[in-house]
Amino acid sequence: MSILIDKDTKLVVQGITGRDGSFHTRQMMEYGTQVVAGVTPGKGGQSFEGPDGKTVPIFNSMDEAVAATGANTSVIYVPPAFAADAIMEAADSGVKLVVAITEGVPVQSMARAHAFARDRGVRVLGPNCPGIISPGKAKVGILPAQIVAEGPVGVVSRSGTLTYEAVFQLTNLGLGQTTCVGIGGDPLIGTNFVDCLEAFEADPDTKAVVMIGEIGGTDEQEAAAYVKAHMSKPVVGFIAGRTAPPGRRMGHAGAIISGSAGTAEEKVRAFEENGIAVARRPIDIAGLVQAALA
Amino acid sequence: MNIHEYQAKERFRAAGIPVPPGEVATTPEEVEAIARSIGGMVVVKAQVHSGGRGKAGGVKLAKNPEEAREHASRILGMEIKGLKVTKVFVTPAEDIATEAYVGVLVDRKSQCPTFMVSSEGGIDIEEVAATKPEAIRKLKVDPRYGMLPHQAYWLANTLYDDPALVKQGAKVIGQLYTSFVDSGASMAEINPLISTKAGEVKAIDAKMSIDDSELFRRPEVAAMRDTSDEPWEETKARDAGLSFVKLDGNVGCCVNGAGLAMATMDLVKYYGGEPANFLDIGGSSNPDKVVAALEIITADPDVKVILFNIFGGITRCDDVANGIVEATKRIDIKLPIVIRLTGTNEEQGIKILADAGFSAFTSMDEVVQKAVELAKA
Repeated sequence: MSILIDKDTKLVVQGITGRDGSFHTRQMMEYGTQVVAGVTPGKGGQSFEGPDGKTVPIFNSMDEAVAATGANTSVIYVPPAFAADAIMEAADSGVKLVVAITEGVPVQSMARAHAFARDRGVRVLGPNCPGIISPGKAKVGILPAQIVAEGPVGVVSRSGTLTYEAVFQLTNLGLGQTTCVGIGGDPLIGTNFVDCLEAFEADPDTKAVVMIGEIGGTDEQEAAAYVKAHMSKPVVGFIAGRTAPPGRRMGHAGAIISGSAGTAEEKVRAFEENGIAVARRPIDIAGLVQAALA
Repeated sequence: MNIHEYQAKERFRAAGIPVPPGEVATTPEEVEAIARSIGGMVVVKAQVHSGGRGKAGGVKLAKNPEEAREHASRILGMEIKGLKVTKVFVTPAEDIATEAYVGVLVDRKSQCPTFMVSSEGGIDIEEVAATKPEAIRKLKVDPRYGMLPHQAYWLANTLYDDPALVKQGAKVIGQLYTSFVDSGASMAEINPLISTKAGEVKAIDAKMSIDDSELFRRPEVAAMRDTSDEPWEETKARDAGLSFVKLDGNVGCCVNGAGLAMATMDLVKYYGGEPANFLDIGGSSNPDKVVAALEIITADPDVKVILFNIFGGITRCDDVANGIVEATKRIDIKLPIVIRLTGTNEEQGIKILADAGFSAFTSMDEVVQKAVELAKA
């Protein structure tokens, strides 16, 4: 099994004709994801040329795309100015999961978009996230497929490339994954650590979980308390930003240490106090997982 | 992006909030002239992107224009938390009866703009939260409906007993929300919101941080950016679409992704080195960004080695490899460069580097150890 996406995922790509959207649509199709539709306003009726001669119909709106194809998931590659509206359009179209890759979406727009999606019972992942991959089943987003393998480890992370690093190490040690989820580095995200931990705990094939956090906010501390109270499976953690100076925004809008909340030390302590083994270096993550599964 | 007090006051005034008049000056002579035109007692206030201006001696009361000039000559040029003061704001001194705190920010947990108000104003709200939490009232605003009139009254009732002041306070709270939204702010604060002995409510200080992601659609707010107290590298990086923070070490880091960039800095430290910077070349990359990154890193005389750590997802390894090759043609780099490249289009990227005479690592640990070793050599 896996969480969030699998063989039954029927994906619509919002922004399929853009540079990133078209590149990553081909990659998702090559991985075997069922990409059933694309949406680009004004290009309805055209079709997208995928790999191996496959084509994907393009629609003007999400509503038309979902009605025609029965899509249940969408992924968003549209520019920041249009991304919040694209999320709300998706949430109104009948899909159950919206994966927002776009970086730089205004936070106040996201406050409205998250409230809109919540009211409709639609799960949003991101924005500013790398997406999800369930090895051997499907990938939605931009995670590089060549570094994953099927296996028993669930991975959840606030980072993009740091997730790839951890997954790469796991795969090299022969530890495949059920699902890898990048929840995104923005201050307001639709799916958090606890949501993913809950899903991994319920997934019978997931035997251990890797949780990768960073400075800023208190999501990791809350996730650590959740692990202690509700998780039977071992969890291995890593926190980025031990050397980050306070008060400075480190790339991610969410990665800023303010006051006493959100330092790496605080998060590492919360992990350790709640039974999460903490890796000092990214390369140590896989070894700790191996030890936890032994 | 943080804006200055005088700029935040312009935003507040535009939303209708009562703000006393005032002008910005850069010389003591200008300050004297402004004080003379205001007449009476004035306050001279340092304009820097930092809190704690009063404690640092950057805010002074002056009885007459001459005294205002003397204060200005001391404040202009002083450093507050490492930032040099180049501008002061001159404003009339007010006859203060009460001081309140009113602030709004986007709360991560509730995902809503959240107000905090307190009748204990004029001091750090963190201090009030720690010593007298019952004096703070909080309210989540549903961003779809905005601030409702009864909610503003509910908050203002905490601040005042006098119904006339409550009415004025509620109006200011509603206007602050409007200004917060219209400015694309992540935080807006009035501390203190005073009432005068004559029974008027006024904002005599103003603080606002703008969400960087809002700037593309708010050119009038973007124009308020003042880079005069920012390191030039950070300005150049932002213009090139990079995210850069200068640090004190000698290992120049160029990484894609904020999380991996922080983890790379942490690993440099772990192996006994010191990172010279945080630099995220971002998602969808192009060779020009790599060129700009190298120009910024090599301008730091402390840097002994340049470390690339690239894990391609949306960033393609071939783009980064092309950028490195092109940059080393355009600028003469004498420093050793160590490169780790893996992920999307890895083979093409490594081939481009190999053809240009570079060798690339695929392990993050190895490349960081190599960089630290070269920095110490």
